[in-house]
Amino acid sequence: MVLPTVLTAPAAPPPQRAPLSRKKKRASAGYVLTVLAFLLPSAIPLTLFVLGPMVAAAWISFTEWNLITPMEFIGWENYRSLLADERTGQVFLHTIGYIAGYLPLVYIGGLALALALNQALKGRSFWRGIYFLPVVTSWIAVAIVWRWLLNPNNGVVNLALGWFGIDGPGWWTDPDWAMISIILASSWKDLGFVMVILLAGLQTINPDLYDAAKVDGAGAWNRFFNVTIPMLSPSTFFVIVISLINGFQVFDQVYAMTGGGPGGSTQVVVQQIYDLTFRYGAAGEASALSWLLFIVILAVTVIQIIGQKRWVHYG
Amino acid sequence: MKRSLLAAGGIVGVSALLLSACASEPAAEDGPVTITYSNFTSSGGNEDNLQTIVDAFEAENPNVTVDITTLPYGDYFTTLQTDLAAGTVADVVDTNYDFFPQLASSGSLAPLEVTNPESYRESLIDAYAVDGTSYGLPSSFSDVVLYYNADLFDAAGLDYPTSDWTWADEQAAAEALTDSASGTWGDHQPVSFYEFYKVLDQNGASFLSDDGTSVAFNTPAGIEAAEWLTDKSGTVMPTIEEGQGTADFDTNLFLEGKLGMMHSGIWVFGALADAPFTWDIAVEPGNTQQASAVFSNAVGVSAASDHIAEATAFAEFLTSSQTMIDVRLDSGWELPPTSDEDQLAVYLTKDSPANRQAVFDSLDSIALTPLVENGQQEMQDIVTEELIEAQAGRKSVADALASAEERINAVIG
Repeated sequence: MVLPTVLTAPAAPPPQRAPLSRKKKRASAGYVLTVLAFLLPSAIPLTLFVLGPMVAAAWISFTEWNLITPMEFIGWENYRSLLADERTGQVFLHTIGYIAGYLPLVYIGGLALALALNQALKGRSFWRGIYFLPVVTSWIAVAIVWRWLLNPNNGVVNLALGWFGIDGPGWWTDPDWAMISIILASSWKDLGFVMVILLAGLQTINPDLYDAAKVDGAGAWNRFFNVTIPMLSPSTFFVIVISLINGFQVFDQVYAMTGGGPGGSTQVVVQQIYDLTFRYGAAGEASALSWLLFIVILAVTVIQIIGQKRWVHYG
Repeated sequence: MKRSLLAAGGIVGVSALLLSACASEPAAEDGPVTITYSNFTSSGGNEDNLQTIVDAFEAENPNVTVDITTLPYGDYFTTLQTDLAAGTVADVVDTNYDFFPQLASSGSLAPLEVTNPESYRESLIDAYAVDGTSYGLPSSFSDVVLYYNADLFDAAGLDYPTSDWTWADEQAAAEALTDSASGTWGDHQPVSFYEFYKVLDQNGASFLSDDGTSVAFNTPAGIEAAEWLTDKSGTVMPTIEEGQGTADFDTNLFLEGKLGMMHSGIWVFGALADAPFTWDIAVEPGNTQQASAVFSNAVGVSAASDHIAEATAFAEFLTSSQTMIDVRLDSGWELPPTSDEDQLAVYLTKDSPANRQAVFDSLDSIALTPLVENGQQEMQDIVTEELIEAQAGRKSVADALASAEERINAVIG
């Protein structure tokens, strides 16, 4: 995960200036070694499984390659054909549609849970644990369960809707509902993550602020919108950045629930990358699309980091 | 974890480089040999049948051990491509007719010296040869027929389907059988590529142009054929909102006694064995002519194998031995690719369904899967995708076919 630097603790006070003695130099060399030793365990897999493959993907994106026959260098051709293909726009649109449904749902749901579990509730830790459980559950298992729940014929959800005389939709079998099904399942799974981040944010809010607001005659809603929401903005910002980065890379649930169907209605960017590589024998084009996605995510994240100055309040 | 997808291609590339650097030494001549066989054809119920054939091979060839890996059909070809890229492919691999050209043209398969070519059905062994050289041996074949619930036909006072039926007969029966009050549907036919090229043929149209570089289905006859599939939805067949198109939907509905007819492959025989009603099969109806879909599977030997001779011997045993013929006919595990019609006659004497002759009659007029050099899988996906758009009412059939034509021509041209 990318942790925006703006979220780290305020900068430490500038170190006192003192002439560096030989002893101090040696100490700082030891310090560097210590830091390296701590970094290595994550730096090695990061290099092997993320940075290395990213560089390899950059190279592959300039070739035509079906994984079997030798690569053939074709320059910018993959990027050109991707940008000319209306399919590329479609898969980005599907992905943005997913984010547009998922982000508000998971944020509002997570906030509601965090507010509820921030109260002196009986069995509070138990409920926190319960809501966090889906976060650490495998997507494949979750997707299979949701497919059962949302099965149009004998799924529990449509059965329950039937008790109220509602004729449930086709969920993941209907092109108009499939993305909504994925959004519901994804929001359910990630609620706990958002809840934990916002809960931590809520607990850093100084209670004096609420007291002061009360003294000034602010009601519960007023306190919520004028104290809680602004003071929670660093956590909100973090949740939005992380959710957008993850949202653009949505894949596991799509692959397991619909495979991009029905009728291509849930074909998102990463599903398209997967299909291009492993089904259509176009690893070069897939690598180019990976890099396009990377650039889009980078751009969106940079814009957020610039934009946050307007609405995120620290301290 | 998700970030790693950005690099999926990269990982494959890196591992290919690493693995090619440590290619193994050639094996000793006479010592015991272990060969690997990766398959999808036995998955989902025929694993024991495959083991019986392998045991017989090992008994005849005590020096050779066969190490089997069985994968579900849905994962098989992805795994195979990854293995090919990484240099970890099995000595003997399964393929189907659609994927074979890609395998053969990439040089992944060894040319085979077939000792008994005459023992295979000619059309099948020819399907896996390139310029007269075999690169694969057919291991089984199957076709698609019209299943019907005879009890429902009796209750509605209808005549059973025959091999003379046309679309009009099927349509009339389907409408008579559909009864929304009891939740009974008259007909089921998947809306997909594999049905579409067949119904095109049944309507005198064709999928590809003569030179095979563009599609030819966007014609009035083609539109009529597509409508034959999509118009069933919601009239005589459940809609996708009701779950039509999901795995085993038709088989389950049929087993519940709520489906009058369905178009499905003979591989469903086993699943219907315990149906609490009488059912039978007929040759699929055509419109202007009859056409049935035939699917075959084959095995090939990896060009990179260290034991090509042993692997070829196993491939031959797996596709032409008497053990294989007996196992397949006994268990109804598709059909053996044998040229010996007398052997196949045994198949006709087995119970349920009674009209097994329809399985062979269907072979008289075959609609072959259209194959293209580039973009086979993408072409198939586009057809299914556009047809579903039309079925769901998000596009007209004419628009869907026009869009499919444009997209496919851009891929295969």
